[in-house]
Amino acid sequence: MKDNHQLEKRIDPATGEYRVIAPGQTFRSVTEKITRIVLTPRTPLGWFALFGVGGALATMLLVALTWLFLIGIGIWGVQQPVAWGFAIINFVWWIGIGHAGTLISAILLLFKQSWRNSINRFAEAMTIFAVVCAGLFPLIHLGRPWLGYWLFPYPSTMTVWPQFRSPLMWDVFAVSTYATISVVFWYIGMVPDFGTMRDRAESKIAQYFYGLCSLGWRGSARHWMRYETASLLLAGLATPLVLSVHTVISFDFAVAVLPGWHTTIFPPYFVAGAIYSGFAMVLTLAIPLRKFYHLEALVTERHIDNMGKVMLATGFIVAYGYAMEVFMAWYSASHWEAFMMWNRMFGPMGWSYWVLVTCNLVIPLTTLWSRKLRTSIAFMFFISIVVNTGMWFERFVIVVTSLYRDFLPSAWGTYRATRWDYMTYVGTLGLFTFLFLLFVRFLPMIPMSEIRMMLPGAKITPKKAAETGD
Amino acid sequence: MPPREGTYGLLAEFDTPGELIRAARQARLDGWRRLDCYTPYPVEEVAEAIGFHRNKVPLVTLVGGLMGLVAMFLLETWISVWAYPLNIGGRPTYSWPAFIVPAYEWTILFAGLSAAFGMLALNGLPALYHPLFNAPNFRNGATTDKFFLCLEALDPKFDLVKSRAYLESFKPVSVVEVEY
Repeated sequence: MKDNHQLEKRIDPATGEYRVIAPGQTFRSVTEKITRIVLTPRTPLGWFALFGVGGALATMLLVALTWLFLIGIGIWGVQQPVAWGFAIINFVWWIGIGHAGTLISAILLLFKQSWRNSINRFAEAMTIFAVVCAGLFPLIHLGRPWLGYWLFPYPSTMTVWPQFRSPLMWDVFAVSTYATISVVFWYIGMVPDFGTMRDRAESKIAQYFYGLCSLGWRGSARHWMRYETASLLLAGLATPLVLSVHTVISFDFAVAVLPGWHTTIFPPYFVAGAIYSGFAMVLTLAIPLRKFYHLEALVTERHIDNMGKVMLATGFIVAYGYAMEVFMAWYSASHWEAFMMWNRMFGPMGWSYWVLVTCNLVIPLTTLWSRKLRTSIAFMFFISIVVNTGMWFERFVIVVTSLYRDFLPSAWGTYRATRWDYMTYVGTLGLFTFLFLLFVRFLPMIPMSEIRMMLPGAKITPKKAAETGD
Repeated sequence: MPPREGTYGLLAEFDTPGELIRAARQARLDGWRRLDCYTPYPVEEVAEAIGFHRNKVPLVTLVGGLMGLVAMFLLETWISVWAYPLNIGGRPTYSWPAFIVPAYEWTILFAGLSAAFGMLALNGLPALYHPLFNAPNFRNGATTDKFFLCLEALDPKFDLVKSRAYLESFKPVSVVEVEY
């Protein structure tokens, strides 16, 4: 009896399919719910408070960068032998976070996972802002960032050209393509919603603004067909793109002949780790957002549950990656590999390895099996923070513990981040929050046109449509 | 050139996608060719009902992607072999496996941009003005929860009085005359 009731709650009687969003929604109610967040003249106080914090931290980033440009890379903790410090750790961490957005918007679209419709817009926004933060790091790590354009092939008066056999050069093309395609995909996805915003806006300025952004969208059936084709194609293109981006980033490490980096497991393990941390970040953003803006009917427990499942799966791929690293350190019979692994686990910085194991493996992979815990909002928020921390430490372990004790003991050193390193890192967290809050305030954060497709009203009964004439 | 004054067409409003599909299919069967439907979300059956089955977006995307692939690969080859040959660890100047990665990225870049901008161009967007925006019920409904069928005045079968009666036979919520 109770089971039956539970099932009824989960299955939509109108469509016979698993319910993704809460019952009782209509085209108009969904539209109003989403547009009201943006079109209301009153901004919630909490928004201003968070915006202030994000803005202050972003200002701190500006201070840190200004000082960096004035003085140079020496203000950071990077030294020989650890020449890649926070900058590269943060670069990989941020870009990994971005990958979940593309996974949700592209790969889940191709797999026809319609539950993604509720979360794909802000996951894509997360991607773009994460790529903004990520792209900053290699640029400021150049030493002379104002010469960053030298990375691009252009006919210069010096007749110097880039060197295409370097993975660092591949990175330039991978990340710039990723940023461009993500922005295009995001914008194209918003065009019909901009049309809705234009038509529902009451102030003249909002009408002009959203009218311009909507490019004159009017929902013609022919337009929709081309639009759907283009969306599917973009999704099909973004899927191999997202896999290639983190693969290329892992090549930055794997192509180097260095114990701890020189391994073939890196590409798949980096991609899985990226998705793992990305879903954690989606949860970190989605849980407060749905509560704050009362979107529980659209971003339901089922979404949280599904994201927990994806994290469980990718978490195990990551665990396999860690296991393979340890196994290969032994199986390779290479003295240097074995020492690197021992040093990574039990050396002076061994604590970072155990933080990573605890945060990425022990806590999430033992608990995410339970549906009860996966649907507990507070617990999932906690897990998302834990995994984000763990994934940051994964990159710390890869970058620092592979470098600080290399082949000759006389060359050994250590790594200690300076206050400028921390200010830059925390500053990008602020910049991300700042941009994300602007997005939430001014753009529709849930794709209305895609939500409409999932509503019971969108079901067409073939019989009724087939009756022709009177 | 379409006329810039007079009637653009007749716009019938429906409450459900099913009713719209039925009306659009019948209109197509009755010989209407200059007609279009407007929905707040993509309804595949509607496009089929008005006889719109194929579009050129995939072709544009393919051509764009191939252009990106060829452009980047040739650029890399030219730079590494002729313009600025460098000896990197004794590797051949024409290291084609290494060239694949940027060429792959540019394939996706060009294909993606072609898909997005090609779609907009084929749709004739941006077009900030359109006669349909003059219809009083269009803007409140077409992007929210209403379904529209528009018979355009350019169709040879169009007649203001007869076409209105024809649309009324589908029992729409309303039929409105749209002016330029």
